[in-house]
Amino acid sequence: MTATQERPADEVEREIGRDRRRKEDQRLITGRTRWTDNITLPGMLHLAMVRSPFAHATITSIDTTAAKASTNVVAVLTGADFGDELGVCINAWAITTDQVTPTHSPMPSDRVSFAGEIVAVVVARTAAEARDAAELVDVEYDELPAALDLKKAAADEVLAHPDLGTNKSALWVFDSGEAGTGGNVEEAIAKARTDGIVIEREYRQQRLIPAFMEPRSVVVDPTGEQNTMWSATQIPHIVRFALAATTGVPESKIRVVAPDVGGGFGGKLQVTPEEWIAWAVGRRLGKPVKYTETRSESLLSAHHGRDQWQKLTLAAEKDGSVTGFKVELLADLGAYVAIVGGGVPVLGAFMFNSIYKFPAYHFACQTVLTNKTWTDAYRGAGRPEATYAIERIMDELAAEVGVDPLVIREKNWIKHEEFPFTTVAGLEYDSGNYEAATARAKEMFGYDELRAEQKQRRESGDTVQLGLGISTFTEMCGLAPSRVLGQLNYGAGGWEHASVRMLATGKVEVITGASAHGQGHETAFSQIVADRLGVAFEDVEVLHGDTQISHKGLDTYGSRSLVVGGEALVRAVDKVIEKARPIAAHLLEASVDDLEYSGGRFSVKGTDQGLAIGEIATAVFTAHNLPDDVEPSIDAEATYDPVNFNYPHGTHLCAMEVDTETGAVKMRKYVCCDDIGNIINPLIVAGQVHGGLVQGIAQALWEEAVYDDAGTLVSGSFVDYLLPTAADTISFEVDHTTSPSTTNTLGTKGVGEAGTIASTPAVVNAVVDAVRHLGVNDIQMPCTPERVWKAINGPGSGGATEGAAMPHFESGGAAGNQEQPGQSSTEGAGS
Amino acid sequence: MIPAAFDYVAPTTVEDALAALAQYGDEAKIIAGGQSLLPVLRMRLNAPEWIIDLGKIESLRGIRDDGDAIVIGAMTPHSVVGSDPLVAEHAGLISKAVEHLADAQVRHRGTFGGALAHADPAGDLGAPALALGAQFVIAGSGGTRTVAADDFFVDLFETAIGEDEILTEVRIPKHTGWGACYEKFVRVAHQWPIVAVAATVKVDGGTISEARIGLTNMGSTPIRARAVEEALAGQSLSEDVVRAAAAKAADGANPPSDLNGDADYRRHLATVLTRRAVVAATGG
Ligand SMILES: Cc1cc2nc3c(=O)[nH]c(=O)nc-3n(C[C@H](O)[C@H](O)[C@H](O)COP(=O)(O)OP(=O)(O)OC[C@H]3O[C@@H](n4cnc5c(N)ncnc54)[C@H](O)[C@@H]3O)c2cc1C
Repeated sequence: MTATQERPADEVEREIGRDRRRKEDQRLITGRTRWTDNITLPGMLHLAMVRSPFAHATITSIDTTAAKASTNVVAVLTGADFGDELGVCINAWAITTDQVTPTHSPMPSDRVSFAGEIVAVVVARTAAEARDAAELVDVEYDELPAALDLKKAAADEVLAHPDLGTNKSALWVFDSGEAGTGGNVEEAIAKARTDGIVIEREYRQQRLIPAFMEPRSVVVDPTGEQNTMWSATQIPHIVRFALAATTGVPESKIRVVAPDVGGGFGGKLQVTPEEWIAWAVGRRLGKPVKYTETRSESLLSAHHGRDQWQKLTLAAEKDGSVTGFKVELLADLGAYVAIVGGGVPVLGAFMFNSIYKFPAYHFACQTVLTNKTWTDAYRGAGRPEATYAIERIMDELAAEVGVDPLVIREKNWIKHEEFPFTTVAGLEYDSGNYEAATARAKEMFGYDELRAEQKQRRESGDTVQLGLGISTFTEMCGLAPSRVLGQLNYGAGGWEHASVRMLATGKVEVITGASAHGQGHETAFSQIVADRLGVAFEDVEVLHGDTQISHKGLDTYGSRSLVVGGEALVRAVDKVIEKARPIAAHLLEASVDDLEYSGGRFSVKGTDQGLAIGEIATAVFTAHNLPDDVEPSIDAEATYDPVNFNYPHGTHLCAMEVDTETGAVKMRKYVCCDDIGNIINPLIVAGQVHGGLVQGIAQALWEEAVYDDAGTLVSGSFVDYLLPTAADTISFEVDHTTSPSTTNTLGTKGVGEAGTIASTPAVVNAVVDAVRHLGVNDIQMPCTPERVWKAINGPGSGGATEGAAMPHFESGGAAGNQEQPGQSSTEGAGS
Repeated sequence: MIPAAFDYVAPTTVEDALAALAQYGDEAKIIAGGQSLLPVLRMRLNAPEWIIDLGKIESLRGIRDDGDAIVIGAMTPHSVVGSDPLVAEHAGLISKAVEHLADAQVRHRGTFGGALAHADPAGDLGAPALALGAQFVIAGSGGTRTVAADDFFVDLFETAIGEDEILTEVRIPKHTGWGACYEKFVRVAHQWPIVAVAATVKVDGGTISEARIGLTNMGSTPIRARAVEEALAGQSLSEDVVRAAAAKAADGANPPSDLNGDADYRRHLATVLTRRAVVAATGG
């Protein structure tokens, strides 16, 4: 960075901090690129899956005769047709040594454990023919009782996997007294019961569906020495490792490519049955195969997120100083322990104390198996759940003490002069300034004016009430220091890899092990390289996502790409410069010590002699005149393992209007001031924040995956799983304060998940604040008008929703000759 | 997802379309704008062997003034209905309802007749058509018949149109000078109404001479809020009168329960929305 800072003012503009339009957008927006589903190989066959309509059933027989006889069908295969070659879907993170983990076959042959599970695959010459034939596969099931309700499942009333004898997968506990990071929480609570305040709440984190734009798709080409899998995945490197580990195919024989991928939000951080089946079928038939899911299949069977019950006990002194926090979670794993399924709540374990100085803290999470779609990472993974719990309950504490919720937060948060600060959960927060972010957010919001309006509306008994919601969030991201992951029993490390290739023509290829799927890595990483190496932004090409090109990497999730992958890149660039230095000295006939590097040039101090890095790259290419014992290459690579997590924070303020006659809620204003350290590209950051906010707001107001009593996903289409559009959101006001991270060279912090983590409690706090004077202290998410209205008008928080969908697309009338999948035991084809 | 294979015909006259319907019987399905039918086919909830496309029949398109009624051709897209000055002047309730129907893309493809023939109780056009006393012109092999709105909606997704018949046009009696409001209650903008109220009211010198009110998604078909209409007729306009009348909005209704609200909540919504719709329709 110093090199570029010293660049004369008349030289090119500094790239870092510039709001560059994303170089990848032209091709992504116009579709002039290759999504997995666009890939067509000679002789390629197409797959369609036959899925169970039942949540829990034994498979008594599968008759494939009619399907096999269908036009252009090449094969119909069931679980029984495969052996070990099918592999298994792995859980990479057994959170306890005694975790109960059901074996997850991509295609079970005896028993199905959730509605949507694959029981057979049809291979045909076209996708339509495969789909037609899938409807002809005749599967007989014997229904079993299904474990659906999380609390009942935790009580082992009905078993999701009868052979396991329990639904309880793992109990993960952290206790500050035992860890030596704080006091004993039971003592704090006991004391508060006698002379302080104890707040006890139970919050629901509803089940969400990641709902990425591009459906999952996989192409397998078994031709040649290395078999290739293209997959719309966030994690090509991990998929390759897991394929090798579970199918017996040597890792060196596997190439995995994630081409352009249309969003993931954690939903494509998975090793999926569909990928494994495509791999096995392609290899067995010796032909390229493709499978692309339908939107209905995506909603039904791609992993879901959240789904927790959170039992919270907060202890405080009478003045509102917090003294202890006890968190007891139930987390729904769904039918299987997904790749990091059980670990998601553990990623939140260190975050419930958030920015507050709790002297004592206890966290316990029981993960539970049910007969529903598996759950795993979804934008924020564990931290939104934690942030919701703490930010909601801090509002409850403020109400109990009778002060403004901002006052209670300020009383308890870490002061900026106290950084670095070791928390009661044992993490060291490197930098932050909660006072500054809050002051700026309050100013943007017009906090005092809105409070005055709220008072006036209350006094006049206006049918439209106003509420203000606060969320002073922090999170841990930049996953992750490998040694910490090791302590947590995670199956891999958290490092990242980068390499820089200096081409003969002076252009630069940068390879990152992070695997972008919409974030804008190509642009941001180009800016970093342009500045640090002193080359033009346009001259940098960022390559990723293909294990043949990017042989080493741990992919993109957990807001890690910039803070971990970016740091690896910085180090690789620095190595290039260091490798070039002796060559430059040789060519310039100067001493290495007399050279300085700035603006992409080595120059000899005190002279006008110099050489651009591109010229050195050419000289290395010809290799005609190099110093002795110097290899003809200035390419370099670096692998970086972070020393700490990374702790962005911010203050989010939300004003919501509540129509007390109908329960309808309307967002009036949303401002946020996030401290994400130094910013590489403000435009990309704004995009991440806006998108993140909408996703978090959607959890508060709209989205919920609902199952009926039979275990059928009721919100199985976008008619019933309500995603917001631009028409449902307002213009957000976004600003930043800057406390650079001290644990990476660029001083950056992650921003990919911040908006989602922060916004959910801000919105719900605002809705509750609007009607608190009417006797309401909680409304279950999503805060539907019905729930809000019932909370105002009756006891309870309007919890249950009717398990029924709106039937807009009934078959109705003529030729209604097809039954709806899920209603017939013999028609298993997923819609 | 990919629909099951089907054969396709696109006749250019109603007669040819009827002949095709007669020929293929219950193996056939009519397609208008496809905005409801295509999702059904793509989700494979239905797999007709023949699709009869009405898109090439010019006579089914357009809006005309026919004396005491406005006539809307079945194949007229929502976007055309919504911006038509005749409709706005004489059947303002329809214009208001179309404004909130789905999104711009759906409004450009979906048709007036298709939406009414589909008879989704949550559809936005049934309640206004009912409130305005629309007449449905239905062609069959035996000729053309006209069905009153009260008899048109039979049940969930079921109308008076027979399997071998085609809805050709809808006659809307003119309600020139009537105030109108369509109160649609949704959680997100692109949603079907959880409940909606279609109100059109004629006020003469401060007195409500007549009010016609239709309810969307308050039963298996659109329904009239007759108790409210009766309570308003002949009354001098005041907030109290409207409030008291609107309280009867859900009388006799049998609304569904689903993810967006149970039946009781819908009944409550109907009263609030009816009050608001009548107030707005009477210039409040
Ligand atoms: C995303 C989305 C959102 C929507 N939101 C709303 C909304 O908010 N409010 C709303 O009211 N609607 C909504 N709709 C539905 C929309 O109004 C459709 O246009 C309408 O329901 C059907 O009209 P269509 O012309 O597309 O008919 P089609 O889909 O072509 O046909 C529908 C049915 O009617 C039959 N049919 C069509 N025309 C005739 C005819 N002339 N004679 C006999 N039978 C006929 C067909 O056989 C079929 O069974 C939405 C649709 C979509 C896709």
